[in-house]
Amino acid sequence: MTTTTTRPVPAPSRGGVRAVHLWVATGVLLVGSYLSLGIGAASSVGVADLFPPTADEWHILATSRIPRLAAVLLAGASLSVAGLIMQRITANRFVSPSTSGTVEAAVLGILIATMLFSSTSLVVKMLIAIVTAIAGTIVFLQMLQRIQHREGIVVALVGLMYGGVLAAITTFVAYQRDMVQYLDIWTTGSFSGILEGRYEPLYIVLVVGVIGYLFADRFTVIGMGESFATNLGLNYQRILYIGLIVVSVMAAVVVVVVGAIPFLGLIVPNVVTLLLGDNVKKVLPLTALAGAGFVLACDVVGRTAIHPYELPVATIAGGIGGVVFIWLILRSAKGASV
Amino acid sequence: MIRVRDVTHRYDKQVVLDEVGLTLPVGQLTSIVGANGAGKSTLLSVISRLIRPEQGTVFIDDLDVGTAGADAISKRLAVLRQDNRITARLSVIDLVRFGRFPYSKGRLTPEDHVVVEEALDYLDLQLFRDRYLDQLSGGQRQRAYIAMILAQDTDYILLDEPLNNLDMKHASSMMTLLRRAADELGKTIVLVLHDINFASCFSDHIVAMRDGKVVVQGTPAEIMQRETLREVFDMDIHVQDLHGMRLGIFWTTGAPVGPGPVVAAPADASGAELGTVSRA
Ligand SMILES: Nc1ncnc2c1ncn2[C@@H]1O[C@H](COP(=O)(O)OP(=O)(O)OP(=O)(O)O)[C@@H](O)[C@H]1O
Ligand SMILES: [Mg+2]
Repeated sequence: MTTTTTRPVPAPSRGGVRAVHLWVATGVLLVGSYLSLGIGAASSVGVADLFPPTADEWHILATSRIPRLAAVLLAGASLSVAGLIMQRITANRFVSPSTSGTVEAAVLGILIATMLFSSTSLVVKMLIAIVTAIAGTIVFLQMLQRIQHREGIVVALVGLMYGGVLAAITTFVAYQRDMVQYLDIWTTGSFSGILEGRYEPLYIVLVVGVIGYLFADRFTVIGMGESFATNLGLNYQRILYIGLIVVSVMAAVVVVVVGAIPFLGLIVPNVVTLLLGDNVKKVLPLTALAGAGFVLACDVVGRTAIHPYELPVATIAGGIGGVVFIWLILRSAKGASV
Repeated sequence: MIRVRDVTHRYDKQVVLDEVGLTLPVGQLTSIVGANGAGKSTLLSVISRLIRPEQGTVFIDDLDVGTAGADAISKRLAVLRQDNRITARLSVIDLVRFGRFPYSKGRLTPEDHVVVEEALDYLDLQLFRDRYLDQLSGGQRQRAYIAMILAQDTDYILLDEPLNNLDMKHASSMMTLLRRAADELGKTIVLVLHDINFASCFSDHIVAMRDGKVVVQGTPAEIMQRETLREVFDMDIHVQDLHGMRLGIFWTTGAPVGPGPVVAAPADASGAELGTVSRA
């Protein structure tokens, strides 16, 4: 008998993102999207009319339902990707645009824009909201760098309270200017007002999303810590700030057009990365698809649950998101590797 | 060549590096030894630009570490710190691939993949290649980090306590691997080691630090002397020659001297002082 020393064959790669994940997710999302076009206030256009639509039906689709669908998909994808990037560059699972003051700062920005210019265009609001969102997130990051145990739940608490403070300031200012009724629109995300001509700036998130994808590996590297990043030749602070700007722009644009959708940027990337790991480049596309799908589902439920009335998407996403958020916290409190 | 000139560094008011000057030639394996808090890690971090010193300069060949961009240095020098904690759930293979980042910027060429596979082979990691880092034991994780550093394929490799968490077999094969990298590939390797015997057997050069200063440096034969070691470690370490290896017997202070069976169980435990070893 001969003894041969063969190298043990490495186990076939389990886990991780594979092409099949992406294809399945894309397929499900496409079918879901198409069917969702059959839902709306004008009950003359139903799912059955989509195969194919008449000219009249097409008009409703083009002016209302397709814009709404596009807004749903873009908002869901971009807030989720924003959360993914934020969690990686801060190396903390509990950081997201709605748990770090980014969204609240953007709302404050919209309020300021509305106060300063009486007839404010969407674009001006957006620019000011982007600036305040970036500033607000920088302040959060500064606080974060002073916290000793950066990976813990403490960070989420600090972020939520900081967001609370910003929201309180916003409410205070709004009361003084008699503008409280607007706040609801910005803080409670809803797609009911999305029509052709009133949502197109949302496409900016596509551009920013591509930038985010191009920097994906750099975000992963700085998520390994400053020493690893420096060793691999990256300027840690610079990449951190690029990530922060990408995230803030995405969040601010969505808040301006749609309003805030709580916890979306927290739970979608968390679920995706728990299943498939934290390599940003690998999970970013799937996170975008999952986020879009999640918001689409929330929106469909919101439109059908109490038909002909509508529940804002923020209410549904907030309800589900809150539960998942608590589950994540309990999970990490139990000592699961965060 | 690594040239450290007049480096001083302080934390708060405590001087951690005190006008350190040092020249480390190319192609050699240098070990830095010294007690806890002597300043070894700080020195290594200063050399590898992870810490900017209060005063002094470091040159890697012609590159001034203080002014050269992080990117330029990352193709010439790789460094692994003493404590590493990556919270991200990255697989071993992904981590090692990031070692190629200075060259590939994320788009790996076929050559990059070859280098990555070699690094995995060297560190005996093929079985764990698809595991997440948080699913590894401490020593396996340490090997994964070092595989990443090797994949970076730099002329200078700086490792702070690379034998942390490694079992005897992997510790000794790690040292053999690094020795070969110096001999066969001409790499310049700087290690912080606590085990003076590994330092003695594998280094060309030993730098001994104490209280932020380099107290003595030289070949293993020069450093591995009872008097010198006492000066560095405040400990009486007997040095023995075994087939040309100079070994410090440090497990029990102050001897045994001489060959032969040395340990005799004390007949009366209460009368024997704990830790003393009777000579045959
Ligand atoms: N971030 C810091 N802040 C304050 N003091 C520090 C810091 N890092 C290190 N020190 C102090 O600097 C001195 C040198 O630390 P250093 O880490 O260089 O020691 P070392 O020789 O590597 O020790 P060890 O063998 O324990 O790793 C120690 O006294 C340590 O307490
Ligand atoms: Mg140290």
